Amino acid sequence: MSDRETVISCRNAWKLFGDNPKKFFASMSGSESFDDIRRAGYIAGVRDVSVDVGRGEMLVIMGLSGSGKSTLVRCFSRLHDITTGTITVEGDDIGAMSERELIALRRSKMGMVFQSFGLLPHRTVLDNIAFPLEMRGQDRHDRRKRAMEVIELVGLSGREDYFPRELSGGQQQRVGIARSLAIEPDIWFLDEPFSALDPLIRREMQDEFLRLQQMLSKTIVFITHDFDEALRLADRIAIMKDGAIEQCDTPDQIVLNPATPYVRKFTEDIEKSRVVHAGVLSRPLNGAAPEGEPVQASATIQQLARQLVNDAREDLPVADADGALVGVLNRQQALDVLLGDA
Amino acid sequence: MADVTADIEDTKNGLSSTRVAQILLVAAVLLAAARPVLPEFMIRVPEAWIPPFAQWLDYFFNVIVIEKLKIAVLTRWFAEGPLEFMLNTMANLLEGKRRWPFLGPVPWTAVAAVAAVVGYYLGGWRMAALAGGTFIWTALIGQWKIAMQTMSVLSVAAPLAFFTGLLLGITAWKWELVNRIIKPVLSVLQTLPFFTYLLPAVIFFKVGPTAGAVATIVYAIPPMILMTTLGLKKVSPEVVEAGKMAGCTRWQMLTRVYLPAARTEILVGVNQVIMLCLAMVVLTAFIGMPGLGAKLLAMMGSFKLGRSFEIGVTIVLLAVMLDRLSKAWVVKLPEHHEKGTPWWKEHVVLLTAIGAFVVFLALAQFVQVFDHIGRKQDFSRGKEIDTAIKGFLAIDTVQAFTGWWRWFLNVWILIPFRNGLLWIPTPAFILGIVAFSCWLGGKRPAIYAALFFSLVALSGWWDRSVITLYAVISAVILSMFIGLPLGILASRNERWSRRILLACDTAQTFPSFIYLIPAIMLFGVNDVAVIFSIVIFTTVPLTRYTIEGLRTVPPEMTEAADMSGATKRQKLLTVQLPLALPTMAVGFNQAIMFAFFMVIIAAFIGTQDLGQELQRTLAGTDLGKNFVLGICVSLMALSFDLTILSWAERRKRALGLA
Ligand SMILES: Nc1ncnc2c1ncn2[C@@H]1O[C@H](COP(=O)(O)OP(=O)(O)OP(=O)(O)O)[C@@H](O)[C@H]1O
Ligand SMILES: [Mg+2]
Repeated sequence: MSDRETVISCRNAWKLFGDNPKKFFASMSGSESFDDIRRAGYIAGVRDVSVDVGRGEMLVIMGLSGSGKSTLVRCFSRLHDITTGTITVEGDDIGAMSERELIALRRSKMGMVFQSFGLLPHRTVLDNIAFPLEMRGQDRHDRRKRAMEVIELVGLSGREDYFPRELSGGQQQRVGIARSLAIEPDIWFLDEPFSALDPLIRREMQDEFLRLQQMLSKTIVFITHDFDEALRLADRIAIMKDGAIEQCDTPDQIVLNPATPYVRKFTEDIEKSRVVHAGVLSRPLNGAAPEGEPVQASATIQQLARQLVNDAREDLPVADADGALVGVLNRQQALDVLLGDA
Repeated sequence: MADVTADIEDTKNGLSSTRVAQILLVAAVLLAAARPVLPEFMIRVPEAWIPPFAQWLDYFFNVIVIEKLKIAVLTRWFAEGPLEFMLNTMANLLEGKRRWPFLGPVPWTAVAAVAAVVGYYLGGWRMAALAGGTFIWTALIGQWKIAMQTMSVLSVAAPLAFFTGLLLGITAWKWELVNRIIKPVLSVLQTLPFFTYLLPAVIFFKVGPTAGAVATIVYAIPPMILMTTLGLKKVSPEVVEAGKMAGCTRWQMLTRVYLPAARTEILVGVNQVIMLCLAMVVLTAFIGMPGLGAKLLAMMGSFKLGRSFEIGVTIVLLAVMLDRLSKAWVVKLPEHHEKGTPWWKEHVVLLTAIGAFVVFLALAQFVQVFDHIGRKQDFSRGKEIDTAIKGFLAIDTVQAFTGWWRWFLNVWILIPFRNGLLWIPTPAFILGIVAFSCWLGGKRPAIYAALFFSLVALSGWWDRSVITLYAVISAVILSMFIGLPLGILASRNERWSRRILLACDTAQTFPSFIYLIPAIMLFGVNDVAVIFSIVIFTTVPLTRYTIEGLRTVPPEMTEAADMSGATKRQKLLTVQLPLALPTMAVGFNQAIMFAFFMVIIAAFIGTQDLGQELQRTLAGTDLGKNFVLGICVSLMALSFDLTILSWAERRKRALGLA
């Protein structure tokens, strides 16, 4: 990620829930486990997290329920004030921002889709979606027009005058998505945004966000429980446990080289061949390239399965999108990944 | 379970509260038994020891508040300026008082028509009939003018109480410190008898409607504050976060996120404000506010039962109508219009209302009965009803019946009980109360009870306080004999529970004054009538919460009893009642609070309690005395309130119901 400008930078962030977290933190030695902290009457929502998110990157956060995903994202947007540590957004320390600066930041740069939607119960679909635009001071006509566009996009045309309680769960979620799409923020926090959607519309929405991210280089932090979704979207995946990030890396690395036993267990059931790309598995060229037809670096091992089984060569050349050779793929190693003995 | 855990908790720091209660009780009994040999100062607090609270308060009000701080200048300015202006405007529109804007009175048909349309909008044809019908009845029975006098004050007081309550509620929600200060003040305010509001209102806000309106407003504010804070606290955190992420400023947050999202609770507050305002406006008759209350007071005073009855019906109809309409507003959530609905269709209700108003306004110009019902045109049957009621009461069996009850209650229950209470030496009485409080509620409420009752003893009004307490206790006990069986019977059957609950809810909306009418009819003007009216008034919450408590017992628990072969009686006694008790306690508590309220109101029938003295102060400017009396009532009521609610709370926690 070194080629990307850092947008969100989080350094040693802690978020403790309890009566007097600051005081408690000062009394901590630093080696307390999650359970030690809980016995003292505090919950460690975020535990010593350091992570950077670059411009145009999609960071997917995964982890079991209660592992602190939503809390971390709330810290990024300063819906929670962190107990200690620093979080900067585009170089500005958000913890030090005044209320006015924070409002300006949120109005101009940030958007969020909430896990349980957070729709305003007294506003219609249209008015809910136009709400952030209203706060930005856009005039009535423009925001109505924009809201209608995104209503169309999320497939809620004809329901714009409904109230949230008149909609199904999935429809409500789409209103939440539309509300954040309407402002197309530079920095996007999506907390399980598609959890209530049917597979078809979910795929459409994923495509839409991918399109926006690639075209307009949006920075997205995305929470999901669905590994397939994570694979489709993620540049990097962060796996959380008890408030801490266990590992934050590309999907390939997470399945190939799990950093902790927990991550290994977490990724155990995933078919690695669907995750690992030829480019990642290959070794450097070191001068001599094997001959013959190269395989694409961006192809997953699964996509190459037929070729790997039928090809007789020991090593296969790997080429990037432009056709230039970038490495050598050991067929046996790839087969191991494919068959699951790696 | 509850007692066990509570005891364990208590024994950690010494004696258990049950043990303390026992010791206190023994001490109280010993003291009482020793009465003949006790020195005088142990029986009653001697006059000389009584601090001049009233003078101090007088000094505080007259010298500090009025002379030094010149508060009265401000309040009088408000009373004579904006408040009187609003009252006059409404009075002109509704009853035709000759004041700016010189437009009124609006014809009764127009008011009734608009009310019907509003009723239809909020709750369909039934509400339309109720709203329209109430006004039609009022006009036809010949009470339009006095009813409008009441309504015009109500229509000023309720919105003012609403806005003040909303504002204070928001402040208390925003700043914890304000909340801490406001909470105890509110509980005192809510137990302070209404008469205590009236005199300061008169002194600070001028005699007449203005003072009445102010007292009404102040009385109606507390529930609005509580509902507002409750509603704001309940707004879902994600909705708040959504607002923050949209970049709302604080003001936008409040007006576009919090307040609209707390709509339901705020509207419940509106309902309570309206009902309290109506009840209080009626009571302001005691400081000479014209209207339904004053008329009722006059009619009852001259024992014109027929007219009293008719006014009672009007008040009840108005109360039920206002209650139902405002409750319908609570549950009426906005609904979308299909796309392409024409403009007039979206506003059809508003247009109909305006149309109806204009049509009847025009009609009234030409047809007199559409404008107002003349003197000889009304359908009042006051005389006939009067004769009928008096005839009924004169029937021998009826007379024998009421006479016997009057005699029985007086001679065998009330007078002995009262004399007994008065006989007990003050310290023994206080010890007894504290023992009760300790046993039931634990040590904290007991400490409060000790403090509060000692203050009452030092107020110099001990005997009258005891008489007040006697009326309250005897009425609540008597109403238990009616309310509990009624509640238990009704709760056996779903249909009956619903009916009785509805009846109770309706009865609770009646202004308390109404309950005096049947009491006076049956028993005339005496002690028994007072007790009787309190009994009817307090039976309502007792019945209501008994049903509610029994109905909300979790089904798996009654099923467990059924499966172990319990008979209906066993099930009731061993499973349902114990589980329902915490809820029933809330009803019991409410009954006591209602009784304290009612006993003071009933004073004009001629009792010897605090209410009587309080009412007397209304004629003068005796602010200090007025406050001392009011606070005596409040302190006694609060002691019970704290004790019973603490018990209910502990019990609920122990049963895992909270
Ligand atoms: N406002 C709060 N006050 C106290 N504790 C909180 C608060 N918010 C979250 N927590 C605690 O912090 C921990 C992490 O919660 P969080 O909502 O971040 O989990 P999550 O990973 O998003 O779970 P899920 O997948 O179920 O959404 C939980 O133990 C939760 O109880
Ligand atoms: Mg979450």
